[in-house]
Order: sequence, then C-alpha cells, then structure tokens
Amino acid sequence: MKSLHAQHHALADSAYQLTVLNPAETVGTSFPPFAGKLRAAGLLPLRPTAISVLQVNVGKMCNQVCKHCHVDAGPDRTEIMTRETMQQCLDALAQTDIEVVDLTGGAPEMNPDFRWFVEGISALGRQIIVRCNLTIIVANKKYNDLPEFFARHGVRVVSSLPHFAAGRTDAQRGEGVFERSIRALGMLNAVGYGVEGSGLNLDLVYNPSGAFLPGSQISLEREFKQRLGREHHVTFNNLLAITNLPVSRFLDYLVESGNYDGYMDKLVQAYNPVAAANVMCRSTVSVGWDGLLYDCDFNQMLDLPVTGNASRHIRDFDLASLEARSIVVNQHCYGCTAGAGSSCGGATA
Amino acid sequence: MSTYYNPSDLAKFGNISEWQPEMGRKFFDYYGEVFKEGALSEREKSLIALAVAHVVQCPYCIDAYTSDALQKGADEAQMMEAVHVGAAIKGGATLVHATMMMNKAKELTM
Ligand code: SF4
Ligand code: SF4
Repeated sequence: MKSLHAQHHALADSAYQLTVLNPAETVGTSFPPFAGKLRAAGLLPLRPTAISVLQVNVGKMCNQVCKHCHVDAGPDRTEIMTRETMQQCLDALAQTDIEVVDLTGGAPEMNPDFRWFVEGISALGRQIIVRCNLTIIVANKKYNDLPEFFARHGVRVVSSLPHFAAGRTDAQRGEGVFERSIRALGMLNAVGYGVEGSGLNLDLVYNPSGAFLPGSQISLEREFKQRLGREHHVTFNNLLAITNLPVSRFLDYLVESGNYDGYMDKLVQAYNPVAAANVMCRSTVSVGWDGLLYDCDFNQMLDLPVTGNASRHIRDFDLASLEARSIVVNQHCYGCTAGAGSSCGGATA
Repeated sequence: MSTYYNPSDLAKFGNISEWQPEMGRKFFDYYGEVFKEGALSEREKSLIALAVAHVVQCPYCIDAYTSDALQKGADEAQMMEAVHVGAAIKGGATLVHATMMMNKAKELTM
C-alpha cells in the first residue's frame, strides 16, 4: 500500500478534503456546521484555556501505511523536521514552562535527529510523550534499544494497538503488525514499561477499525488488559480510546466504502457539549515538520494554520499571542466531540 | 410504503412514545438501565442482544447490535460465536420438544 500522496490521489490535497467535508448542497449531504454547535454552547470563538502541551510532528515518514492514518504517513513520505527546526522548538520551550512535549509523526523515531531532540527536551526537564507505533522497535536492529533509550529519559510511551484480536489490528495497520507489536510490547515490558511500580508509563491507544465510534474507554481497557495479559503476557498502564477523524486516509476509507454520510451522521448525533468544552486544541499547540504552527495535528494535516495575530512559526514562538488566538474549527472537529469525546489523551468527557 | 422494513425507521424507534408516553418512557428507562455495565460488561450485554436479535430475526436489532457490538470492542469471532449460541439454543429448543413427541408417540403406540 502507498500513501495517498504517492498515488497522486485527489484526497492527498487538503483543499479537496475540505471540499468533501463541506459539500455544496447539490453534491452531497451537508451536516450542520460545527461552528454553529460551538456558538450554541457559548464556545465560539473557541479560545485556548492555557497551553500546557507542545505537540511536535517530526515528520511524515513511517514504516507503516495504516489505512486510517490522518497524516497520510508512509515509507514514501520524505517530509521530516530538520535539527535546526528542532533547536527552534527547544528555544521556544526554554522561554516557557510548557510542561509536556508530545512527539508524533509518522514514526518519530525514523527522524535521524530524534534522539538528539529527546535528549534536548529531557535536559529542559519537560515530560516527554513519544507516540511510538511499536513495530518500529523491531523494524531494524538500530531501533531495538529504543525501550532502554525511552526509559533513560523517562519518556511516556503511547502506542496504537487497535485491537487485541490480531485480525482486527492487521486489517487496519497491515499484515503481521499485531505479531510485531506484541513482540515490541514484550521488549518494553522487559525494561519496566507498563509494569506496576516502575514509574515507566506505557499507554495503549484503541481506535475503531472501521466506521464506528469507540465504546467506553474503561470497559475496553479492562478487556484489553485481560486478553493481552492472558494470551500474550503483556501489561500496560492505561488505554486511551480515540475516535477516528474524517481526515486524509480515514476520510478516503469512508468515501470509498460508502460510509461517509453514515459516519458523519453518527459523529453529529453523538455531539457532546461537555466534550466540546474540553477539546485538546484549547491546551495544545502543534508544530509541523517545517516549523509552522497549528491548533492540532488534524488541522496541520488539513493545512489550516493558526490564525489572527498569533505567531505562525516556531522560530517566532510567542505564548501570549497564541493563548489569545481563536482556534480554527471545521467539520472534522465533530470527531473530537462525539460521545465521550476524543483527544490525543483519549476520552475527554 | 414499498417494504415492511425500512432502515430509516430504526431511528424512529423513540417515536413509539408519542401514542403512549408513560409506557414508552418506562420502557426506554428500563432499556437504558438493562444495557448499563453491571455484573455483565457492556460488551457482553451487547453480544447477548446480538444473539437474541438473530433468534427473533429482527432486522432493526441486527443492524443496531452489529454496530453496537463493534463499538463495544467485540470482534468478528465473538460476534459469530454469539449468533451460534442463539442458533444452538433455538435448534436445541426445537429438538428438546421432540421428547414430548416421543412421549406421546410411545403412549399411543404398541
Ligand atoms: S497511523 Fe501511525 S503508524 Fe500508522 S501510518 Fe500513520 S503514522 Fe504510521
Ligand atoms: S480537530 Fe483540532 S481544532 Fe478541531 S476540535 Fe479537534 S483538536 Fe480542536
């Protein structure tokens, strides 16, 4: 499988994705504007509360090509963050007390300066999250020591495992991914990750492998713990249930499988104002591989940068102007406010 | 009306309260309570509902509980096993009545 970008697919173009999400009435079903929902809840313009997380996307390169990927990541993607931009991130962090740096990609570990960057953030004493896809740990000998490296810097590892059944995971993430993920989880457990009392946090991410919403995070966590423990002797800390947003490859899947209208309708029907008040963009700034600033990783993939007088690039990072910005919302935002809500930290309501 | 069953009617289930609000409300309160996590997990309850949906052959329920079971984290194997449980009970229930037939036949024959 190739990225949409490599296929020269129409949906590789973010402007076209926005057209699909906001169709003219003659072309498709139009759903009530998300901004209207926020207005009714007194949340428009959507303002940040306080920025406590800097999420950095260090590049679109990945060893996997998952069907639901909102980044359209893959081995064929060459856009990755340079050391210079990483240094600008470190400079920005040094002038604020943002507590958490959330590293994502692609597979962030494939960026050749990834370890240098982690060491730099660690030296600033900030908490680091790495969104590790697990299989990267076993993809090549040079990555086999990632568990030890993570442990040395007290990194919180957050990893996708869409299901405890191999078939369901592989259907979304590729043939053999489940087996390799279990092997990688074993290696993380071996250095103490996900083991009680070790202080090393390993969280798993559940996201539905299809056009349905995630169920209760607590029930799913219980089930995952039982099944992974019993069948694979794997342990972890928390399960984060994340809704798939209609962006990029998941949007393509929805359109191709004829599920787009049904799925959008589910999201709209499940709109929860409590989740709307807790959307993660209110506490996060997202940095793109080229240093541009966004409200979140989804807006980043839709090429919707921060607006207003807020600083636009990490080299001009100014916390006060970013905290005063109004967040750019669009129809994909329904994915963050459905049911129990969804964020990079799981359910929000 | 072109067919007896119309998928869009599923979303109108709540409308049954219009002609009998009190009973409708009591039914939906009860329904909601039944499916809450209790001694059985939400996923287990959803799988039971899916099996019963097949046994009573209700297209609305099959539609609704296929989505619901997936949403509650069930996988295809669990869902198909649940339907087999329903089928086994339905088949068994038919066959176990054969004991009545056997009793009666023995009573009537030499
Ligand atoms: S979902 Fe994650 S692991 Fe899968 S292709 Fe996208 S970035 Fe890579
Ligand atoms: S998609 Fe991004 S901007 Fe929209 S609500 Fe979610 S986090 Fe906020």
